Amino acid sequence: MTISRDDVLMWIKNYAGVIRENKEYLTDLDAAIGDADHGANMDRGFQAVLGKMPELADKDIGTIFKTVGMTLLSTVGGAGGPLYGTLFLQAGMKTAGKMELSLEDLVTTFEAAISGVVMRGKAEVGDKTMIDALTPALEALKKASEENQPIAEALAAFAEAGKKGMESTTPLVAKKGRASYLGARSAGHQDPGATSSYLLLRTAADTWGDA
Amino acid sequence: MKKLINNPENVVKEELEGISYAHPDLVKVFFDPNYIVRADAPVQGKVGIVSGGGSGHEPMHGGFVGMGMLDAACPGAVFTSPTPDQMLEATKAVNGGAGVLHIVKNYTGDIMNFEMAADLARAEGIDIESVVIDDDVAVQDSLYTAGRRGVGTTVLAEKLCGAAAEERRSLKQVADLCRKVNGWGRSMGMALTSCTVPHVGKPTFDLPEDEMEIGIGIHGEPGRERMKVKSADEITEMLMEPIVKDLPYKSGDEVLIFVNSMGGTPLIELYIIYRKAYEIAQKHGLKVVRHLIGPYITSLEMAGCSITLLKMDDDLKKLWDAPVKTPGMRWGA
Repeated sequence: MTISRDDVLMWIKNYAGVIRENKEYLTDLDAAIGDADHGANMDRGFQAVLGKMPELADKDIGTIFKTVGMTLLSTVGGAGGPLYGTLFLQAGMKTAGKMELSLEDLVTTFEAAISGVVMRGKAEVGDKTMIDALTPALEALKKASEENQPIAEALAAFAEAGKKGMESTTPLVAKKGRASYLGARSAGHQDPGATSSYLLLRTAADTWGDA
Repeated sequence: MKKLINNPENVVKEELEGISYAHPDLVKVFFDPNYIVRADAPVQGKVGIVSGGGSGHEPMHGGFVGMGMLDAACPGAVFTSPTPDQMLEATKAVNGGAGVLHIVKNYTGDIMNFEMAADLARAEGIDIESVVIDDDVAVQDSLYTAGRRGVGTTVLAEKLCGAAAEERRSLKQVADLCRKVNGWGRSMGMALTSCTVPHVGKPTFDLPEDEMEIGIGIHGEPGRERMKVKSADEITEMLMEPIVKDLPYKSGDEVLIFVNSMGGTPLIELYIIYRKAYEIAQKHGLKVVRHLIGPYITSLEMAGCSITLLKMDDDLKKLWDAPVKTPGMRWGA
């Protein structure tokens, strides 16, 4: 069982749709503790990514990820642009020339991608950021890979851990990003970046679940 | 939402078109990626100064491009950091061979995008110095936050560094000056109303008619404390006292006082604030040698103000008085 380059394109395309559906939800989450632009920024970026789809039709997975990363970098702005841009650029470096990905490949790809986000954002688990959803999801994916679970089950565990991670941000006091200026007032709100990150993982599991 | 706009998606583009029609003698405007450079860029042998940030803070930064201030500005979407490709193109366009200074406000998005742009520009062989402005005393505990925000001192740093670059000071000298200004400047702001980001369509936060928010940033992000509205004199004290204590400013120091409108507050109220700020400065033995009063770093239509105090010396006074000719600030030229 592997993830093909077409599956990868479908993931990106589906995520653009998920972002459009959740644009106002993400913006509302951001309005509570940030500056009310996360949904609009992500939607602008992924609509631009959709515009690049025709030129990616025959490209390898590395090129697909790199193009997505560069497009996000130049269209999203805010903190989301460099963070999601870096996530996809790092994924692209690990998948250069590849036309399909095994579960092991997925682990190394997400490991590089998430390390890139950590490096760029200098955040740790518990800071109320994207990392709170991404890091536990990666751990779950690694564990499933070590246990030789089928891809569909590994991805389900991946998304589920991301969901728990996202939910764990609600009581946290933000230590990074604009929400940190609120201090204790940031507690009681789910982090918008962790939410868009969870949706990315959930979309992967939904898209690739029957791969 | 009641705004003088056409389509929320086109707000920044149409604003830039207006600027290009209004000020062809001062600036050139580029689109996709969006940036504004002074009309005679690049100025050979002069350090180029680039800043940028979300739109919605006008005249900052695009209104400060021109002789004696910025060489380029990169406007992002409203309240959203611009992107590295804009910053890279702007940096290349103003590089006159003496290097380029990036003046960056301390917001997570601005920092990350400017870091990536600086890496790209260095890879193309351009000398880059980046100075982060973080002057907002409202953010108390910087160990557990992204650090103090960059607010009013940014405007002053752009003016002073612009003048220093016109004198042909080196990149290191201009960057050191920028760090000195950041070290000597302190700000705090407050809001009487929220503001509405055009593509969001509703106020960023709710503020009841009889309440105000103290310690506000410039993106409509909520501040440090909410309370019933007080008198102008009481509000001025609540902003000035933490500023004066923070540096700390000493009796006998010379200072510039900058009273800024968040966008919706009229000049008549700013002078009432300035009046009290001046008296408080005098009470502390501070000598007010320069001032700036008006809307320079705004948050769309938000009503409210910020106060910035900058310690001055002879060099800073000379640089402040030097000619400047930009759409948003102009004297001596």
